[in-house]
Amino acid sequence: MSDWLIYRTFWDLTVTGVALGSIYALVALGYTLVYGVLRLINFAHSEIFMVGTFATLITATNFIGIPLLEEGNYPYRTGFTLVAILLACIVGGMVVSGAGAVLLERVAYRPLRGSGEHVGAVVLAFASVFTASLIFTDHTRLNLIIGLIGTAPLSVLYLRIFRRGRQAPRLAFLISAIGASTAIAEAVAIWSPRDREQYQTPRVLEKKVLFEFLGTEVRIDYVLVIVGAILMMTALVLFVNRTRLGRGVRAVAQDVETAKILGVNVDFVILITFLLGGVMAGAAAMMFTLVYDQTRFNIGFLLGVKSFTAAVLGGIGNLRGALLGGLVLGLGENYGAAIFGGQWKDVIAFVLLLVVLMFRPTGILGESLAKARV
Amino acid sequence: MSLSDTFKTLTKPAHAVSGIGDKISELPRVSRWSLVALFIVSLYLMPWWPEVPVLGWLVDTPGTSFEGVITDKVVIYVLVALGLNVVVGLAGLLDLGYVGFYAVGAYVVGVLSSQHANLPWLVCVPIAVAVSMLAGVILGTPTLRLRGDYLAIVTLGFGEIIRISANNADWLGGSRGISKIAKPPNIGPLKFGILDAKPYFFLGLTVILITVFFLRRLENSRVGRAWNAVREDEDAAELMGVHTFKFKLWAFAIGAAIGGLAGTLYAGKVRFINPSNFPLQLSILFIAAVVLGGTGNMWGAVLGGAVVAWMPERFRGFADKRVFVFGVALVLVMVFRPQGLIPRKIRKERWLANWKPSQSGDADSGVSRG
Repeated sequence: MSDWLIYRTFWDLTVTGVALGSIYALVALGYTLVYGVLRLINFAHSEIFMVGTFATLITATNFIGIPLLEEGNYPYRTGFTLVAILLACIVGGMVVSGAGAVLLERVAYRPLRGSGEHVGAVVLAFASVFTASLIFTDHTRLNLIIGLIGTAPLSVLYLRIFRRGRQAPRLAFLISAIGASTAIAEAVAIWSPRDREQYQTPRVLEKKVLFEFLGTEVRIDYVLVIVGAILMMTALVLFVNRTRLGRGVRAVAQDVETAKILGVNVDFVILITFLLGGVMAGAAAMMFTLVYDQTRFNIGFLLGVKSFTAAVLGGIGNLRGALLGGLVLGLGENYGAAIFGGQWKDVIAFVLLLVVLMFRPTGILGESLAKARV
Repeated sequence: MSLSDTFKTLTKPAHAVSGIGDKISELPRVSRWSLVALFIVSLYLMPWWPEVPVLGWLVDTPGTSFEGVITDKVVIYVLVALGLNVVVGLAGLLDLGYVGFYAVGAYVVGVLSSQHANLPWLVCVPIAVAVSMLAGVILGTPTLRLRGDYLAIVTLGFGEIIRISANNADWLGGSRGISKIAKPPNIGPLKFGILDAKPYFFLGLTVILITVFFLRRLENSRVGRAWNAVREDEDAAELMGVHTFKFKLWAFAIGAAIGGLAGTLYAGKVRFINPSNFPLQLSILFIAAVVLGGTGNMWGAVLGGAVVAWMPERFRGFADKRVFVFGVALVLVMVFRPQGLIPRKIRKERWLANWKPSQSGDADSGVSRG
């Protein structure tokens, strides 16, 4: 590609890169928070994001009742209605993703930490009976009934096993996360109305050009994404730095045993960490649908890998690092794709990571959730 | 972490049971060897297992041929799991891009036997193994300074880089891939072809047995002990004079070589490869195989590889729900057997006589750390 073309689209690439980077950064926050506290790659976080996009879709189409198309046109709304719809969508995404992340923690991780876990026992008991019933019948309603009947006795047994209080090795958490991730994505693929197809989300926001910036037209959805991401991140940083619970998060990130001795409810702090990560992923999910107008059961995987890359790039466990890593990754990918061609986009992202880690083995800003310099 | 803690970590057994292995090793030599021989013979008879009454129902793969499943998937996955176990289980390096080496092995065979030259399969194999080993060294040299999860994400990137490069490089066949790859040469009555899958199975099983023998020797050698030390505590190992970087690189290279070997078997069997045969998800499946079986235990890796390859085929009756079932099963196994199906066991001689399983977290646990 010749030089003048790069120059002409440079600011264009910058704007889209920053918008993409903001989404990466929001998802990366979830990885970084959980990693900072638990030293665990929460592999299923990408599916939390995916579930969030579906929550946004359901909020918009089923609860508010916006059709995909109105008389052949996009269902554009303006003024107060638009703001209300967007807020409802983002809240829907945040609530569902947050709840999903908490549930994930209690089902797939807490039983491995060896503390007795009621919710995990019940959900796992249901999942095992339900899955086992698939051997005998393919009728979903019947499967559900069998699952519900079998849950009660089995969950009592499971709870007893969980109470043994043994701590699993680190890799077990990773595999449990991979299993949960697979199960969530497949569950959406199997039991959503249009199976594995792509879903369009209603386009309520007319993507007008808001202003010109150095000769580039900046679309309103990019501005919303960037502003929204900055707001969410500021809120998160304030929460972690200023509130009592945030102090608990930092304490557990520093030293679990000492925090426990000093009276921090470690399990609750871990739950809050997952909740925060999930809420961020939910917001990112709504912004993703705002820009791309679509979702699918498998969109989480690659975006999750990229976001984790962003978190590592900035310094995992470091909130500012997640922001910086997301932006660097989003921009680097965009510029690189313009220079080398779009098919090398993912290669550029990983080569960038490799180069950064060779010179700074703990990421650009280093690990520091524990050190309170968030 | 104080020095006495470090000592405890190094000597602490991962799991304190006396398993079947101990009982077998206590048997007299003659019965021990006849048991091993019987086991190996029954493995070679595997293609006929579905015809045995009870076993048949257990191992049957409805909808697909059992032979096809064990040659196409089980043999390859077991070999890959054995190789990855060296990296993850023995040396403790989390490699999420193992599919890269597997792809390198397959592509070298493809390029040398079909795309650019017409070398026979047997000639391609050593070259492919050497190239995969080289790839391991090339990836390892800059990245093995990184610790733990940083290494994981970098290796994950490596696997993806290999796949995308193959997809975009025309001299590697691009997204169309490489077809008409050479097949292994016929050995007497064993004719390698599309009609009969059994010769491929015998070949694969033989390769696996040789690999197991080789790895077993390696595990009990100085190199194996060095890996043990690096895995349990890298700093302590370095302090004791173990050249950690060198041994980590060795683990990477040997793991990569075995991955490449699996790739050559795969290419020789399917005779057509393209980049979509080597997705990122496959790496994750390989890791799942190793951990599911029992990290660091070779028999665990074998079992894990076989289970991961075979289970989705066994439950083909579930149609599109089998991947979901697989995910749920992974979580359940990890919740109830976090050490894997066959946990690693450290030899009795090395146990501290008065050691008791501690209730608090240990060195490689998820929450507590030094």
